[in-house]
Amino acid sequence: MAGEGRARGGAGAGLRAGVLGGGAGRERAPDAPGVSAGAGGGGCPAGGNDLQWCFSQVKGAIDEDVAEADIISTVEFNYSGDLLATGDKGGRVVIFQREQENKSRPHSRGEYNVYSTFQSHEPEFDYLKSLEIEEKINKIRWLPQQNAAHFLLSTNDKTIKLWKISERDKRAEGYNLKDEDGRLRDPFRITALRVPILKPMDLMVEASPRRIFANAHTYHINSISVNSDHETYLSADDLRINLWHLEITDRSFNIVDIKPVNMEELTEVITAAEFHPHQCNVFVYSSSKGTIRLCDMRSSALCDRHSKFFEEPEDPSSRSFFSEIISSISDVRFSHSGRYMMTRDYLSVKVWDLNMESRPVETHQVHEYLRSKLCSLYENDCIFDKFECCWGGSDSAIMTGSYNNFFRMFDRNTRRDVTLEASRENSKPRASLKPRKVCTGGKRKKDEISVDSLDFNKKILHTAWHPAENIIAVAATNNLYIFQDKVN
Amino acid sequence: MPFQDGPAGAPRSGALEGSEGRMFARGLKRKSSEDAEDADGGVAGLPAAPSYTLQRQSLLDMSLVKLQLCHMLVEPNLCRSVLIANTVRQIQEEMTQDGTWRVVAPQAAGRAPLDRLVSTEILCRSGREQEGEGDCPLPDPAPGQAPRRPQSSPWGLDGSREGRGGFQKSLDHIFETLENKTPGSVEELFSDVDSSYYDLDAVLTGMVGGAPTGPGLPAFAPTAAAPPSSTCRSDLGELEHTVEILVET
Repeated sequence: MAGEGRARGGAGAGLRAGVLGGGAGRERAPDAPGVSAGAGGGGCPAGGNDLQWCFSQVKGAIDEDVAEADIISTVEFNYSGDLLATGDKGGRVVIFQREQENKSRPHSRGEYNVYSTFQSHEPEFDYLKSLEIEEKINKIRWLPQQNAAHFLLSTNDKTIKLWKISERDKRAEGYNLKDEDGRLRDPFRITALRVPILKPMDLMVEASPRRIFANAHTYHINSISVNSDHETYLSADDLRINLWHLEITDRSFNIVDIKPVNMEELTEVITAAEFHPHQCNVFVYSSSKGTIRLCDMRSSALCDRHSKFFEEPEDPSSRSFFSEIISSISDVRFSHSGRYMMTRDYLSVKVWDLNMESRPVETHQVHEYLRSKLCSLYENDCIFDKFECCWGGSDSAIMTGSYNNFFRMFDRNTRRDVTLEASRENSKPRASLKPRKVCTGGKRKKDEISVDSLDFNKKILHTAWHPAENIIAVAATNNLYIFQDKVN
Repeated sequence: MPFQDGPAGAPRSGALEGSEGRMFARGLKRKSSEDAEDADGGVAGLPAAPSYTLQRQSLLDMSLVKLQLCHMLVEPNLCRSVLIANTVRQIQEEMTQDGTWRVVAPQAAGRAPLDRLVSTEILCRSGREQEGEGDCPLPDPAPGQAPRRPQSSPWGLDGSREGRGGFQKSLDHIFETLENKTPGSVEELFSDVDSSYYDLDAVLTGMVGGAPTGPGLPAFAPTAAAPPSSTCRSDLGELEHTVEILVET
């Protein structure tokens, strides 16, 4: 059952091969079921704004009192979009699976329900430094599915683990040496032998750690990325990037090292890294100074010298003491096509063409109204919040989070953007989300919210977009919201 | 190098004072009565902007406090520390050019490396107690500021992360300074530290009673096997936890 028999569009169907990358008005893969008639029809851009986003589900406690351990720290769809994994600060991973669609109601989308829950990481104690190692899951990345089981990598600050999630729906009965309840039988009492038979049982989903990749990072791991060769992956911490083979846990290759000989000279750290989706020798990493370096592993074993260097020249008129901090890149993601990459800094998302290093091809303001409040945001540490960003399946739309449980969507074709909110108040099934607006000054209109009223505790740092369909998962502290586009 | 101003057309004000004074941290120490007037003015209506130098000094103070305050048991975020340190350097450079950066000790001359900048602060604090307010350009002691931070800022954030316990120095700094100090002054250094952590720390490094264990790591097992005597007033649960870890149950 585990995903084999399903005729789904998505991973194999040409999205990732760049057919739909970046183009204007391209349609999504026609074999993706459940796509609303409107979007599949004549040339309607599969963007974020011509779609009407609706509430689908919310997972998590309603309690006002949020337990720290329940705060979601990462969200990721698998390659087919049938599985959605979340990691939290308590070191747990929860995987949701999309239900098979109801044949009698072909227009209703499958819901995501809990498939498996397991404790991935436990808190540890570093004896040498007398410091705790947090169990918080920093990132989850799925491996492409190769057999009935599912595999994912999950990491905390120091250790990466490969988990196998498999289903068991049969049980062997009729053992000779033990009873049904497991008690050993006395061999002398056995007078006849029988062959155990397999009997069906209630479906059980088991998660087991298959590999533990430890002791390779002195600093905190911020990224992991599976290579397109499906055999290797990289892990990046503040100062180093290591390359691993999925089968080998006692060895990793260091491919980037920016640690200065004298730590007092340290002025820049690595903030994120990712492999190119198609070229297995290419990866990028971003820095706290707002730069991105693209490296080719064929050029040398240690990729300290980049092949390409992406940096936007600074605007001298907006220079301040906070310029560097807000330029620090918190996330970098390649487009599905592999032709573009997107970076998130504190106030904006930028889309870069890999062939142009001098400046981004697009800059989208996420919450420019915060620019005048940077000093306060520095004081309360919000300026260090690391927001992620993600691409829609066809690369024509991008999404990122903001404060007050707002998240922003940008349609690259129509150049329109919208602010939406993840809140329990808008949680009637299939209720459309109403666009939100932040009032920046002057008279506040009805339904607008003023900058001073924004709740900076409610931050949407982690979002994920289904690889083929317009389904998004938004993590709001301890709640996971799932939104879908309206089906006509 | 100006702070960010508000959007064009908004009343020209510094970054520390917005058109609504309540948005900015009340925990920030005001330097003079002149500023008290500014603060009041801020609530009432259009404020007089504090001078640029004052804003810059406040930012420097804030940054140095941030560098000192770190999670008690978890390693501080390196990216955050580097960004704050770079901000401090920027301010320092500008102040050096202005001629407003007064040198206290030889190691603070010119572009002081980050580590020494922070250690100077610790040393400055204990030294200042004897000399009174010296010409140390570094800010007031951290303990004075953090606990005073109000829990009810309009943004609903509590600075609990930074005000937690009294453990405001990273263990690295403590160990570094401890190497150079006599056992007597250890007391001073830990005087504002929550005693339970002092004891935790002492247990782990075997420094209780001043018994020198030599350079490098002390032998954990023997020290841990005998929990500290009645001098330890710490939470029993914490001690148990520590002992458990050390004997690897």
